[in-house]
Amino acid sequence: MNLHRFANPGRFVRLADAVLPWCATLTVLALGGGLYLSLFASPADYQQGESVRIMYVHVPAAWMALFVYTVIAGASASALIWRHPLADLVARASAPVGAGFTFLALVTGSLWGKPMWGTWWVWDARLTSVLVLFFLYLGHIALSNAFDDQSRGNRAAAVLALVGFINVPIIKFSVDWWSTLHQPASVMRLGGPTIDASMLWPLLIMAVGFTLYYLSLLLLRVKSEVLAARLRARSMAAVDMA
Amino acid sequence: MTAFFDIVARDLRLALRQRGDAAMVVLFFVLTALLFPFAIGPEPNLLTRLAAGIIWVTALLAVLLSLERLFLADYEDGSLELLVLSPVPLSLVVLAKVLAHWLSTGLPLIAAAPLIALFYNMEGDALPVLIAAMLLGTPSLSLIGAVGAALTLGARRGGVLVPLLVLPLYIPVLIFGIAAIDADLAGLSARPYLLFLGAIALFMLVIAPLAAAAALRQALE
Repeated sequence: MNLHRFANPGRFVRLADAVLPWCATLTVLALGGGLYLSLFASPADYQQGESVRIMYVHVPAAWMALFVYTVIAGASASALIWRHPLADLVARASAPVGAGFTFLALVTGSLWGKPMWGTWWVWDARLTSVLVLFFLYLGHIALSNAFDDQSRGNRAAAVLALVGFINVPIIKFSVDWWSTLHQPASVMRLGGPTIDASMLWPLLIMAVGFTLYYLSLLLLRVKSEVLAARLRARSMAAVDMA
Repeated sequence: MTAFFDIVARDLRLALRQRGDAAMVVLFFVLTALLFPFAIGPEPNLLTRLAAGIIWVTALLAVLLSLERLFLADYEDGSLELLVLSPVPLSLVVLAKVLAHWLSTGLPLIAAAPLIALFYNMEGDALPVLIAAMLLGTPSLSLIGAVGAALTLGARRGGVLVPLLVLPLYIPVLIFGIAAIDADLAGLSARPYLLFLGAIALFMLVIAPLAAAAALRQALE
């Protein structure tokens, strides 16, 4: 697939304008349906009771945290290797959203941990590596905004994103490699999911909703980055002419 | 190959000319490590339990302090541009500068660590593992720090930004370094943790010069 077709910022903005309403509508439908299923139509856990419903927010948020970082790493590689013009903007637009998902995963996990494990926090491999992921996101945001020349900041952040990508497989396999309090994978594992269908479906619908939410935000934010770049270019041209 | 050693010799000569810089780093290490007994109390058993962690964290912070002078002086007076334009591969240049940095910062820290261990009532038997862990860990600290220093060249508030970028990547070295010493103090084998430290060092030996070279090229565009 020739992604360079979308390298033309004007073409991307027109595409974003056309797709965004559909994406936003699907997001609302998926999240609405998912929330109804999670909070009302799915069963309570035999052991955890009603507090299992935190899972329907915590797990998709954690999935999104890893997914967004992978998107950022892919965009950074694309920016550094093929110099795709919009790749920098995708990384820049995604980082705060990814940081938000990671924060949500950490907070909902903490709220779930208190009734389940009796503690707000424990220093096991999964929690520690997700905390490291959160700080990698913050470092990425800080670095891309630390330079007066924005393209320099984007490229430096791209290198940082690639160096930090090693953390993503560490997070995924941390529950297998170390003995952790956090439970091992129940959905994305060899041998298929071990979770019951009545809980799996709301979980997957919430995950789809979160992904569509991220895509809507991404389209909106990349479009505003393109427009902001145009504004900067025009104001610099105005200064030149004055 | 001679170019590699020339760069190492040059950086070492510059570091020797400003001996105060390396001395300040070691002094910071010793002073900060000596602050904790005032905070947590002088009880010897408590100090022994916390010794490994405190030595490693303060060594880490001391290395962070010294990272700025890795590239900044050369960036400001133009020698970095000449190094980038030279026929020597840029990752080799980075490796040479990191080696000089480790020799002028990491080794003095390792030499000062037994003194801290003494103040923290750490058993003498654990000293070999302490030295081995730091010998295997501090190169990774210099290598990862080089990536952070290269990324923030020319940034506003670059000095404050480097810890934010570099500390998350330091955490594995910290975890295994402390685990090695604690295992030895508990009478268990420190070998697995030392092997992990070596693995991280070898991994960073390949990745860090490439990443730092890419970052340096962007800084000079």
